[in-house]
This record gives sequence, C-alpha cells and structure tokens, in this order.
Amino acid sequence: MSTLPRPVPALEPHTAAFWRACRAGRLEFTHCLACDYLIHPSRPICPKCRGRRLDSVPVSGRARLYSYTVNHQAWYPGQAVPYVIGLVELVEQPGLRLMTNIVHCPLERVHIGMRLRVLFENVTDAVALPLFAPEEAS
Amino acid sequence: MSEPLERRAILSGVGQSAIGRRLFRGDLDLTCEAALAAIADAGLQPDDIDGVAAYPGPMSGVPGFAGPGVYEVQDALGIDLRWHLSGLEGPAQISPIIHAALAVAAGLCRHALVYRTVTEASAAADTGRRGIGAGSAEISGFTAFFVPFGAMSAANWLALYARRHMHEFGTKREHLGIIAVTDRRHAGLNPQAIYRQPLTMEEYLSARMISDPFGLYDCDVPVDGSTAVVVSSAAVQRDLPHAAVRVNAVGTALRARPLWDQWEDLTTMAARDAAAHMWSRTELRPADVDTAQLYDGFSFLTLAWIEALGFCKRGESGPFVENGRIALGGELPLNTWGGQLSGGRLHGFGFVAEAVRQLRGECGERQVPNCEVAVVGVGGGPIAGCMLLTR
Repeated sequence: MSTLPRPVPALEPHTAAFWRACRAGRLEFTHCLACDYLIHPSRPICPKCRGRRLDSVPVSGRARLYSYTVNHQAWYPGQAVPYVIGLVELVEQPGLRLMTNIVHCPLERVHIGMRLRVLFENVTDAVALPLFAPEEAS
Repeated sequence: MSEPLERRAILSGVGQSAIGRRLFRGDLDLTCEAALAAIADAGLQPDDIDGVAAYPGPMSGVPGFAGPGVYEVQDALGIDLRWHLSGLEGPAQISPIIHAALAVAAGLCRHALVYRTVTEASAAADTGRRGIGAGSAEISGFTAFFVPFGAMSAANWLALYARRHMHEFGTKREHLGIIAVTDRRHAGLNPQAIYRQPLTMEEYLSARMISDPFGLYDCDVPVDGSTAVVVSSAAVQRDLPHAAVRVNAVGTALRARPLWDQWEDLTTMAARDAAAHMWSRTELRPADVDTAQLYDGFSFLTLAWIEALGFCKRGESGPFVENGRIALGGELPLNTWGGQLSGGRLHGFGFVAEAVRQLRGECGERQVPNCEVAVVGVGGGPIAGCMLLTR
C-alpha cells in the first residue's frame, strides 16, 4: 500500500497570518482593539463587539488540556497510530481553543486539566503546526 | 401562541430503496427507487409531486456522501416543480424536510419529495475508509485546523465531546455501550437492518478502539441506500390512504459559535438549542413522547440528544439509559429500527422513516404500543435539527 502525505494547512486570506506566525515560532491571534477579545479562527470583525479595528498579538503558548482522544484508527495508508488529539484552552482567554497533538507525554499520563506549553513542528517553508507538550517537559 | 406554520404540513409518504453494504448501484437509481416507493405510499402519482428537496445537494471530494442533486432527480422523474431546494448548511440533515413543511404550509407547492441518498459503502470498497482530507496535499476551510493534526473524522471531533462529558459528569463507556447494545437489539426486529445479531456489553467493550472513548461499535456503519419522504399540505390529508403523520413543531435554533472546537461547552451541542426552540413551539412536553428517534452517528450523540430534549437533566443521560429505559418496553423506546449503529448510516432520514412508521403502527414486532407522539433529533456537535411528529 502506498503512503499518502500528511495534509498541510493551505494559506488562506484569514488563516495565513496564523500559520506563518507559527512558522516563525510564535503563537499569534487576531485581537480586537475595542474589547480585547482574541478571535480564532480569525474574522475581519470581532464577534463579541463587532469592532472592526483589529490587530494581531502573541500569546504565551501556555494552555490547559480541555479534552482529548487517543486515535487508534489509521485514516490513510501509512499513517502512524496511536496518537493523542488534544483540545487545549489557552490561558489568555476562556474558550480560546486549538485542536492539536499532545506530544512528549506517555499516553497514560495525558489527562484533562494538565498544564501544557506550545512547540512548533515545521511542515513547509511557510507553515508550522502548533503542538503541545506537558509544561514540565519543556 | 399563534399556531406554528409547520402544523399545516404532514408527512404523507415514506419509502426506502434497498439498503445494504456495497450494493454497487448508482445513487440516482437508489433515489428513484425510494422516491417512487414514497410517492406510491402517499397514494400519489409522480405527476402530483411539485416540490423536490434534498440534503446536501452536489458536493465534490466526499465519495458516496452527497447523493444526486435535485435537478438530476427532477429530470429523471420527469416532473414539473413549483419549489425546490438543497443545501449543506441548515438544521442538520432533516433541514430539507423542515423547509419542505414550510413550503407546503406557505402554498409554494402541495407535495414535496424530500430524499437523502448515500453510497458510502460502495464508494469505499476499493480504498477502505479514509479520513477527511486523506490524500490531499493541502487542506482548506474549517478542517484546516483539524486535519493536519490527524483529527480526520467526526469520530475524533466527537470523541472530544464525549470525553469532556465523562470528565464532568462521570459518564462511563458502559453508558455509550447501552446505546449500541439497545440499538442492536432493536435491529434484530427490523428485517432491513444491517447488523441483526445480538451484541453483548462484553463484545462492545472488547471491540477495537477507533478514537477513545469510541470503539468500533460506537461508530455507525456506512451503507448504500436512499430514504424518501413526501411532505404534503395538511389540507389534502383526507384524500390520502394513510392516516396523516402531522408535523407538530420543528427546532432550528443555533445560539453559540457554530464551530466544532470553539463551541462554548463541549458537554452540550447544538441539539440543546434546536430542542429548546422546538419545545417553545408546542404545548406537548417531553413526557408526552412515545418514541424518540435520536441521531447515533456516534453513540454519544444519542446521550446528548436525550439531555437536549429534556428527558433528563444535564449530565444525567448516562444513568438515564440504564435498566432498560430506552429499550422497547421501556419508558422511552428509542432508535427502534436499530439506529445508524445497526440499521445503517442513512444519515438522518432513517430516523424519520421509523418515526412515520411507528406513528402509523406499521412496525410489527418492534411497534411501540399506542404510539402517538414521536420526536426526531438529528445532528451532532454544532449541527442540529429536530421535529416533533404526531399521529
């Protein structure tokens, strides 16, 4: 069976800045200058206050694990399993979440609420994926 | 409350094609078979149909998922239309049924044919089941934030919901297992179901993991098949052969960020909003429901619908399903055709077909006695739509 490539995020108008920042080693989000809300995925307007004056700000990269699943099913030929899919909540804002992989952590030690820190895996010249590892391991 | 407009609609006919694993028949062929059966069941002729609607309409890149478009079906059946619609965005897979009810109520058409057709089993015959985006070099749209991390299936996304529910409320895998085992028991009474052999809790628990806490039997079975319903104006019901199944209320609300990962509280789903909306449009209450047909693309979704519809309090759906409560003979018999877990992934419409048949008293061994009120809840995560049907 042939091995398929891992799909990489396309650079789209509203997402390119996010992926490019990751490639530069920074986790950045669109930010509302009026109400301070961090907007993810990025929108050209703030969903909280409809503010239109937005910029982009870096965050600490610290997060807590909100939920997770250990995936055992290979979704394409050659995909290595198992791996941990995590939904992490960044410390800067309740509900600001990223779906990601939890790495550098034995499966049996993964638990909801654990403290995590971002690291980046370069996948192309323009894109890196934000992954998360236990804070004590980084 | 003025009478909700959807009460001017009835479900006058239901029909299904052959349903099976890998039928290797075209989706238009299956759809025509289901459509003609539904039209005949309503006591109508194809020329009586003046509306056609479908979910989701043509899509690319998702083999076997979309079924034929409305124009193909109109052309194949040779019918003239006053109203037509398809679309992916809306109150889940039953969106075209809900909109057809409003179309006949508004007088845009009198008899709307609404169908959902899948050929996912045949489509995966050569490749095995692949994930969303598998084989693509680049991924765009909302799944660009999921697929690169290997979250390539709704199984992964909803496992995150199920895990959070377990964490906050102590829900157990055995509670998910009750859904799978009960569905299978009911499927044993449905000759059209895909899996009819009994499933024990031990077999459920020892099956291979897909995306924990979901194992093999928590995930529905891809099939080929088409389900069609005829939605008619209630004004015509006296002319039809079957007792009318009336649309009592529909629920279409969506009140939080409609994103799988940013949904405000993963122990709830859009089902919460659709269900509250539906109850706001009727005098009937959860205690009036005789059977519930609740989406089970993954077992956990049925628990979420039970809570959303108010059959128990938030977080208590696990204990609620214990002790046979949701089995035939219990207080709230649900998914009496086997659900998608055992009856096949007809993608929402299998629940509608069963609700109609239960309300008409046509279900034989699996008939719920004196069935007068049925609820259908379809969808998962940030997608939901529901309907209350009465006889």
